[in-house]
Amino acid sequence: MGLTIILLAMLLLTAAGYYLGTRQAFVVTDGRPAGLHSLPSYHGLYVASWVLIPAALLMAVWLVLEPHVAEMRLVANLPEGFDQRNLDEQQLLIGDIEARALGGIVSGELDPAFQAAGEVYASTLAWSRWLMALAMALLVAGGAFLALRRISPDLRARNAVERTAMIIMIVASTIAILTTIGIILSLLFETGRFFGKVPITEFLFGTQWSPQIALRADQVGSSGAFGAIPLFAGTLLITVIAMFVAVPIGLFSAIYMSEYASKRLRGTAKPMLEILAGVPTVVYGFFAALTVAPFFRDTGESIGLDVSSESALAAGIVMGIMIIPFVSSLSDDVMNAVPQSLRDGAYALGATKAETVRQVILPAALPGIVGSVLLAISRAVGETMIVVMAAGLAANLTANPLEAVTTVTVQIVTLLVGDQEFDSAKTLAAFALGLTLFFVTLCLNVIALNVVRRYREKYD
Amino acid sequence: MSDTQTGTQPAGGPAHGAQPLANELPVKVRSRDVNVYYGDAHAIKHVDLDIHQHEVTALIGPSGCGKSTYLRCINRMNDVIDGCRVEGTIEMDGEDIYDPKLDVVQLRARVGMVFQKPNPFPKSVFDNIAYGPRIHGIGNTKSEMDEIVETSLRRAGLWEEVKDRLSEPGTGLSGGQQQRLCIARAIAVNPEVILMDEPCSALDPIATAKIEELIDELRQNFTIVIVTHSMQQAARVSQRTAFFHLGILVETGETEAIFTNPQDQRTQDYITGRFG
Repeated sequence: MGLTIILLAMLLLTAAGYYLGTRQAFVVTDGRPAGLHSLPSYHGLYVASWVLIPAALLMAVWLVLEPHVAEMRLVANLPEGFDQRNLDEQQLLIGDIEARALGGIVSGELDPAFQAAGEVYASTLAWSRWLMALAMALLVAGGAFLALRRISPDLRARNAVERTAMIIMIVASTIAILTTIGIILSLLFETGRFFGKVPITEFLFGTQWSPQIALRADQVGSSGAFGAIPLFAGTLLITVIAMFVAVPIGLFSAIYMSEYASKRLRGTAKPMLEILAGVPTVVYGFFAALTVAPFFRDTGESIGLDVSSESALAAGIVMGIMIIPFVSSLSDDVMNAVPQSLRDGAYALGATKAETVRQVILPAALPGIVGSVLLAISRAVGETMIVVMAAGLAANLTANPLEAVTTVTVQIVTLLVGDQEFDSAKTLAAFALGLTLFFVTLCLNVIALNVVRRYREKYD
Repeated sequence: MSDTQTGTQPAGGPAHGAQPLANELPVKVRSRDVNVYYGDAHAIKHVDLDIHQHEVTALIGPSGCGKSTYLRCINRMNDVIDGCRVEGTIEMDGEDIYDPKLDVVQLRARVGMVFQKPNPFPKSVFDNIAYGPRIHGIGNTKSEMDEIVETSLRRAGLWEEVKDRLSEPGTGLSGGQQQRLCIARAIAVNPEVILMDEPCSALDPIATAKIEELIDELRQNFTIVIVTHSMQQAARVSQRTAFFHLGILVETGETEAIFTNPQDQRTQDYITGRFG
C-alpha cells in the first residue's frame, strides 16, 4: 500500500473529522452554538486533531522501525554458518539479499540458500504496510469516536486545541535546536579525531598548509602539513578588503537614504540596493573571476605591477560589493529608528542636516551600525563561492592583496571535492576548519546581536 | 510668502479681536495672512497674529486646530516636513523670516524650541547644553563653555539637581528634569523667542508646576509662545491667549479677557468645555 495513498486518506479523514466535530457541536446544542463553551470550529479542530495526531505518530514510529524489524527477520531466517563470516562480509551479503528481494541491483549472483531469507524480508515489508494501515485506521476510528462522544456544551475544546497547537510549535522548535546541536556535536567529534592525527598546536600555529597525503603506498604525495595560519591570514585579508569596500559605501548610502533622500526615492532606491543581496553568490563568483580579476591584472601590467590573475584584491572587492546591502540596509533601519524628536531637537537648535547626522544621528545609531558591520563581517568570513572562483588555492602567507591567497572556506571545498577516504587527516581537517569558522562567526553574531539589542532597548 | 501684505497694516497694530493692553509691549513676531498647506490639506487659514515681547502668548484650541503648525512656522520647522507649504508673511523685528536670503540656521539660533516629549540627546548633561553653543561657535574656551552650561542650567532651575551629574547621560534624568534640560538647552544659545509645544503634556503635576514657574521667570528675558491643551495652564502662565479652531484664528486678546469675557461663541464653548 503506497504511502501517498495513506497520506491522502489521512488528509481526507482529518477534514471529515473537522466537519463531523463542527456538526456535532451544533447537534448537542440543538443548533444554538451560543450555548457552547467554545466556538463550533474549535470542536471541529478538536476532533480533527484526535483523528490526525495519534495516527500520524504511529505512522512515524512504524516507518522508523519497519526496516529494522524486517532485517531482524531476514537474519533469523539465514542458513547456519552465516555468523562465521566476518562483519563486513555479513553486511554486504545482507545488503545484497535485501536489494535482490526488492528487485534492485546486486553485486553478483546470490546463493539460492539465501533466497528464502530474501522472500521473508520482502513479505515482511509488504505485510507491514497493510498492518500499519490497519492500525492507523483503528486509531482514526477510535480517536474520532471518543472525541465525538466527548463533545458537549461544556467541553473546553478551545483550550485543548490551543494546547495542542502549542505542543506542535514546541516540537518544531525543538527539532530545529536539536539539529543545530547535532551539527555542532558532529563537528566537535570529527575535529577531535583530527586532532588525534594532527596536534592542535600545529593546526592553530603552523604556517605550512599542504594537505596532500599519499593514500596508497604506490602514490606520489607528501606527508601533509596542516598549519592553518595561511588560511586564516587569507580569510582575514579578503575580509578586510571587503569591509573597506562595503563599510564606506554601505554607510554613506544608508545615511543618504535615511536622512537626505525623499520618501519616494528611498522607496525605489532601497529595494534596488537590496537586489544586490539577492544576486546568487555564484554569479558574483564568476563576475570576480572572469571580469574583475583580469581587469586588475591588465591594469596592473600596464603600470608595471605584477598582479596575480587570482588576486585577493579582486575577490575582496567583489565580496565587498555583495555585502553592501547588509551594511546599508541594517544601518538604514537603525538610523530610521532614531526618534524623529532627536532630529527636531537638533534642527530647532539651528543644526544643519550634516551636523545633525554627524553629531546626533550617528552617535545614537552607532551601536546598531557596529552590529550591522559585525554581521557583514561574519557573512564575509563564511562566504565561499566568490573566493572559490576568484581567490585561488595556493596557501600563501602574505599581506599583499595583489597575490593569490586562499581562505578557510575554499580549503574546506577542495578537501572534500572528489572521492575521499573518510578517516584520513585530509578529510578530517575540513571538520576542524569548519569548527573554527563556526566558532568565529558564532562569536561575531552573538556580539553583533547583543550590540543591536542593547541599542533597541534604549529607545523602546 | 508671495503676497506680502505687511505694508497695508499699521505698524504695531493689534490683530483683529484683540483688546489693547494698557502698557503695550512692542511686537516681536508679526504674522499676516499666514496659510499652511500639507499637500492639499489647508491646515492654517489666514492667520494674523501679533506676539509681544517679554510676554507669554498661549495658543489654545482643540486637537488638529493648527496651533502646533502655526508654532512651527515661527522657527521654520515645517521646512523639514515633505509637502508642507507656508504662505503669507511672518516677521520678527520687522524682518521677513521666510525671506529666501535669510539663513534658517541663524533664525533658529534666535528662536528656540521645546517639544512635547522631552528629547535630550543621548549625550551627557553637559554636552546636551553645550550642543547649541558649539554649533553656533559660542563659548570657544573650556571656561566659557562651563559658564554657559552653568548659567543655562541655573536659569532652567536644574543646576542644583544635576551639578554633580554633568557627565552622566541626559536620558537618565527624570521626565521633568529632562524637559527642564531641554529648556536649558534651548536658552544656552541665548535666543530671543522660545517656542514651547505642549511642554508639560508628558509630565506629572509637580514637574508641570516647576516648568510653569520657570516659564514665568523666563518671561523677563525671552518672548515665549506656548501651545497647551490645558486651559488652566494657559490662564496661569500667559498674558495673551490666541484661540484656534479648524485652522482659523478665532480670537486673540489678553488672557484675562479671553477667559472671562470671550467675544466669540466658539471661544466661549471651548473654554467652558462644551467641545474639544
